[in-house]
Amino acid sequence: MTAALALGDDALVLSHRLGEWAGHAPVLEEEVALANIALDLLGQARVLLSLAGDEDELAFLREERAFRNVQLVEQPNGDFAHTIARQLYFSVYQRGLYEQLAAGGGDFAGLAAKAVKEVAYHQDHATHWTLRLGDGTEESHQRMQRGVDALWRFTGELFQPVEGVEIDWPSLHTDWLATVTGVLQQATLTVPTGPGSGAWTAGAGRQGIHTEPFGRMLAEMQHLHRSHPGASW
Amino acid sequence: MTAQQAGSSAALDAPPALQEHFESTIARDQRIEPRDWMPDGYRKTLIRQVAQHAHSEIIGMQPEGEWITRAPSLRRKAILFAKVQDEAGHGLYLYSAAETLGADRADLTERLLEGRQKYSSIFNYPTLSFADVGVIGWFVDGAAICNQVPLCRSSYGPYARAMVRICKEESFHQRQGYELLLTMMRGTEAQREMVQDAVNRWWWPSLMMFGPPDEDSPNSAQSMAWKIKRHSNDQLRQRFVDMTVPQAEKLGVNLPDPQLRWNEERGHHDFGTPDWDELKRVITGDGLCNTQRMERRRTAHEEGAWVREAATAHAAKQAASAKKGAAA
Repeated sequence: MTAALALGDDALVLSHRLGEWAGHAPVLEEEVALANIALDLLGQARVLLSLAGDEDELAFLREERAFRNVQLVEQPNGDFAHTIARQLYFSVYQRGLYEQLAAGGGDFAGLAAKAVKEVAYHQDHATHWTLRLGDGTEESHQRMQRGVDALWRFTGELFQPVEGVEIDWPSLHTDWLATVTGVLQQATLTVPTGPGSGAWTAGAGRQGIHTEPFGRMLAEMQHLHRSHPGASW
Repeated sequence: MTAQQAGSSAALDAPPALQEHFESTIARDQRIEPRDWMPDGYRKTLIRQVAQHAHSEIIGMQPEGEWITRAPSLRRKAILFAKVQDEAGHGLYLYSAAETLGADRADLTERLLEGRQKYSSIFNYPTLSFADVGVIGWFVDGAAICNQVPLCRSSYGPYARAMVRICKEESFHQRQGYELLLTMMRGTEAQREMVQDAVNRWWWPSLMMFGPPDEDSPNSAQSMAWKIKRHSNDQLRQRFVDMTVPQAEKLGVNLPDPQLRWNEERGHHDFGTPDWDELKRVITGDGLCNTQRMERRRTAHEEGAWVREAATAHAAKQAASAKKGAAA
């Protein structure tokens, strides 16, 4: 069940981060859009985690070291450009992944076929904002470039094969790079050239090694559930 | 010339036929539509009411949004996300309805941020436990439904139609809030205490959502004559109390009012008097969370300015290149 946990945790953690935007979005339409994306991801997380066990036990009673999400999704929101860069990287990855899973006919084909429709919308949203911010004002261009650069080092981990996810990982990476490069270039942004991950971080989130902000995020997410052991809500 | 100015200049020299037509439309319970002539006062009252309704949806995202990241189960988290998303959507419908009257959303937003327009007093109370989320669904959405169902027959068409959509979603949220409380009341002692505490804190503020008592509500008579409003504040408050008392009994919580009892003669519940001084303080900016709510809204607006500017600049570039493409 490593696979269901890995994919489920990705969706759960990113959904939570997007939830932190509620009431803070730059424009009303984005309150709707970000909540909508978060809700889709939460729905995916619930299906996936339920395959691995009890969704609430898994979400609220595991400690940091037991979470299997990639480090990209746990990164703090930063400014809107930072959030959009994270969303672009992740949604292009998720779309490629789910397309392959849906076509493969394995254990995840059913849920992947549903999720891919949602993710296509997420990718569209992230792409359009990358274009608007990259090719908008001088300030938005700089902010978008900073977001794209800062998160690049977390992208390599996306393509570390996950046990039980039967897809062609090298082609997932190639397609991802082509799509992301295309969007960034159209947005007049420079495609980052640094390593997609540090040597010691490759696949680290998948092994339960996370970045510092993640523990604090879990503390907030889990405190109420943990304060009332055994209670139903 | 804005539509508002158009409205006022039209009012000055409005032929009696227009006034008569307006009045007979109202009398026949038909709808006033955006392009119809309407008295300036009607337009202004509606802009104020619809805008403040929209602002309430937007500020109202905050007290519940507080708990999205702390919701104790994934199901409750999903419900909260959906609810807060709906509220943003309701804000959008209502700003659109206000714009059909010649108002401008950006201008209405400025008025909110500068404190020149109000939002519902209820959102100046803090959410201190997860039970508050359920109680907001039950009381606050319940009170909103009492207020809004009659507005589905409001004389202004775009407002009435927005209310039809909003009411459907609100009643769904109200049931979900009540269902959370039912679950908690069947749970642990600590959960039951949480629910009762939340009920104690939210009951009176919820009664105040209907506004001041009728004798102290200067705009009501005109709004009712224009059929913008259908019932008085006190009538709606009574309806809410009568609806809520049996729900409280079923839930097993006490409503914190020693004077609350069934009056056989009136066929209604008698109840105590809300603290109207508190309502005045909250409305004039001195409630528990007024500063915090406004500050949060202002910060989001200011910190988002560069994003909105980028979107505008990008759209202009796109339009320019499309024009160039068409000319070539």
